[in-house]
Amino acid sequence: MNRFAWLLDRLAYEPRRNAKLALIADYLRATPDPDRGYALAAMTGGLVFRNAKAGLIRALIAERTDPVLFALSYDYVGDLSETVALMWPARHGANATPHLPEVVESLREAGKTDLPRLVASWLDALDETGRWALLKLITGALRIGVSARLAKTAAASLGGVPPDEVEQVWHGLEPPYAELFAWLEGRGPRPEARDPAPFRPVMLSHPLEDGDFDRLDPAAFAAEWKWDGIRVQAASGRKADGTRVTRLYSRTGEDIAGAFPDLVEELTQDGALDGELLVMRDSAVQSFNTLQQRLNRKTVTAKMLGEFPAHIRVYDLLVDGEEDIRHLPFAERRRRLEAFLSRLASPRFDLSPLIPFASWRELTAARSDPASAGAGADAEAVEGCMIKRRDSPYLPGRPKGYWWKWKRDARLVDCVLMYAQRGHGKRSSFYSDYTFGVWRVAAEGGLELVPVGKAYFGFTDEELLEIDRYVRKNTLNRFGPVREVRHAAESGLVFEVAFEGLQRSTRHKSGLAMRFPRINRIRWDKPPREADHIEVLEALLPTNG
Amino acid sequence: MAGAMRPAGPGARWRPSELLLPTPAGLYCPPADIHIDPVRPVARALITHGHSDHARAGHGAVLATRETLAIMALRYGEGFAGSRQVALPGEAIRIGEVDFRFLPAGHVLGSAQIAVESRNLRIVASGDYKRERDPTCAPFEPVPCDIFITEATFGLPVFRHPPAAGEVAKLLESVRLFPERTHIVGAYSLGKAQRLMALIREAGYERPIYIHGAVEKITAFYREEGVPLGETRLVAGQDRKALGGEIVICPPSATQDLWARRFPDPVTAFASGWMRIRARARQKGVELPLVVSDHADWDDLLATIREVGAGEIWVTHGEADALVHWCGTAGLRARPLHLVGYGDEGEAETEAEAADAPEA
Repeated sequence: MNRFAWLLDRLAYEPRRNAKLALIADYLRATPDPDRGYALAAMTGGLVFRNAKAGLIRALIAERTDPVLFALSYDYVGDLSETVALMWPARHGANATPHLPEVVESLREAGKTDLPRLVASWLDALDETGRWALLKLITGALRIGVSARLAKTAAASLGGVPPDEVEQVWHGLEPPYAELFAWLEGRGPRPEARDPAPFRPVMLSHPLEDGDFDRLDPAAFAAEWKWDGIRVQAASGRKADGTRVTRLYSRTGEDIAGAFPDLVEELTQDGALDGELLVMRDSAVQSFNTLQQRLNRKTVTAKMLGEFPAHIRVYDLLVDGEEDIRHLPFAERRRRLEAFLSRLASPRFDLSPLIPFASWRELTAARSDPASAGAGADAEAVEGCMIKRRDSPYLPGRPKGYWWKWKRDARLVDCVLMYAQRGHGKRSSFYSDYTFGVWRVAAEGGLELVPVGKAYFGFTDEELLEIDRYVRKNTLNRFGPVREVRHAAESGLVFEVAFEGLQRSTRHKSGLAMRFPRINRIRWDKPPREADHIEVLEALLPTNG
Repeated sequence: MAGAMRPAGPGARWRPSELLLPTPAGLYCPPADIHIDPVRPVARALITHGHSDHARAGHGAVLATRETLAIMALRYGEGFAGSRQVALPGEAIRIGEVDFRFLPAGHVLGSAQIAVESRNLRIVASGDYKRERDPTCAPFEPVPCDIFITEATFGLPVFRHPPAAGEVAKLLESVRLFPERTHIVGAYSLGKAQRLMALIREAGYERPIYIHGAVEKITAFYREEGVPLGETRLVAGQDRKALGGEIVICPPSATQDLWARRFPDPVTAFASGWMRIRARARQKGVELPLVVSDHADWDDLLATIREVGAGEIWVTHGEADALVHWCGTAGLRARPLHLVGYGDEGEAETEAEAADAPEA
């Protein structure tokens, strides 16, 4: 456990990707099985302990500390594992330091009743770093700036093979991955189990910059709508015994198929599709707000399936049947995609249409009015255009010179800061989450501010320091982690807030919900009375609401 | 406290707020018409120590320890105040009917607590303090009192500073592991930098220690005061490319400047109590966090409060909520003073230090 804790600690402070890779590879090389395999599983999210939950840790620390002091500390530190690791009362020489395999195997096997005693005995035996690493392991959120892909890349380097080779055999393997290490170190055969529906790293675009059009020939490009949904990869294939495996991946490779049985059962052709996850009702795309009801769920009820039918609007084909076609040009993949979708013939999958244009001027016109340029009733769900070279292969990552995104101009509104809350993670202990409002006529006459949204990014680290200082100096009230900040007509802080869209909402006092709000500019110069009124926002609501 | 209930006629015991009260300028003592560590210019000021959030220029008359007066003169020039007077450790100075005594606070060289006593009521304003051993200054001296005024910079039970010698050992171990990389250690230029040097020497490290220009004057002053720091050399004038494997001490702000990038493949370290919190270290781009603090940690705050035996605790700045809550659970009256202008969670200190830093 000590070496593993040391590795996590070093990784947490190491900003450089190559140095992270070297640290992980060194660890994997120098650590025996099964320790290294469990460490790799921890870094790739492959360890899930059903009975070990954050609640267990909260209960343990509650037995040992004052609840108010714990709450204040957690609010300050912004990370449960770290707070508990720091506050845990030391019992030097209590027990022997546990080994990683012992910890992992016990966590898997122990029942709910044994766990608290077991975890407490380990926490007693470990030092602060060890406690932190153990708690990270149990809660399953390492947050040390290491992605599954990076850890696999480090593992691949042991055998000098490309990371994609590890990716290909990965889904057939189980922690502690003894077979994988045997193969990588030349002591065993390549693991057999080939995944019929593996994740393939997605291709990303660059934002279009001013002047880009001057250098680009419109004839070499195709354009599509950029849909306001969730980017997904749907992959399907058959195992050696003929059974079908279908997976739905997020853009980072997380399998989210469990929450979308309505899509999984419809994908009955071998292949891998790239598209946008949307909710469709009566052939109309619903708002992102509606889609959110289906997100972040492990399972889904029949009622959800009926009320929020999922749909994929497809724009690329990576694998056609069993043929990997990522090297083919975009235009050719698009032809294969059209044929694929007509074979599939499922109402859950449709083709994202191309936007016809002959010049950048025509595309500019289409982008500013998607409804009359082909998007029709779905125009509300368009957040801009994608511009893709007709000859571009499908490459992992964000290669230069192939794909651009050209977002619709954001809406801007001047709001007044009302409440601030401390952030988590990178911004822990700074007041970095801001609730802001606009003016409206109060029930008893006169004007009052009503909250319209919350944002926690859009500003630089230097600006964060300035706002944090402002919040501390202008606090009216404290409600736990939240501070009420001075907000009157003549004294207060005005933010220019940018957002992508607006929906009616019964959950908010103002009756409005902003999509993707962020702080565009800090208007230190502007008195709050000059901030916007709610009528400005109401005018932007979609008419069909 | 029983005495607080009596009417305050002439000669009667003061109500605490008649002897000392928080004002926007800082703590104020009406019967002596004097402020402690005022944050804006006042006629008469008592200064606990030389850090710039406590010791500001522009007061009429200043009373402080000899070392603190010297540090203020170094930082602000000889004309930092209209007049000055040296407070000898432990010796009472009477102003009006109030006795003031300066006692060591163990924070930095010359740092003092101030005991304010009149009509049988004793309030101790402790300024910033620590209890851990420090080879560069006199140790904190607990003074029994009715009311103890404490800071709470690290007033949360997550702050438990490990022994400083162990943290310095981590630094020296890293220097051994990466003999080709320069170790740049951010440390406040008054106190922390010199304490680190002294600890590094105690650990047996004998090479010269390289320093940023902003650390130079105070380091020279510590040396004149007889603190053994070994050989130091200014970075300015050296070939930085040749400083691989050396230790460089600079103000915290400089670790993120262009200044720091000209060293060969630098390792960025930062010596501060804030380094206990991982996110804090990462926010500052620190690769080697060293938990070395000149403030009392949680356990030492509680131990000190118990030791001085005060029935009432006032908390000046920092994480006041948690400390006030703990006092309640321990049966002590406590209140936060919400004084503004003192190292709010450490950021103000960084700022003040950054402002001090000349080009180097």
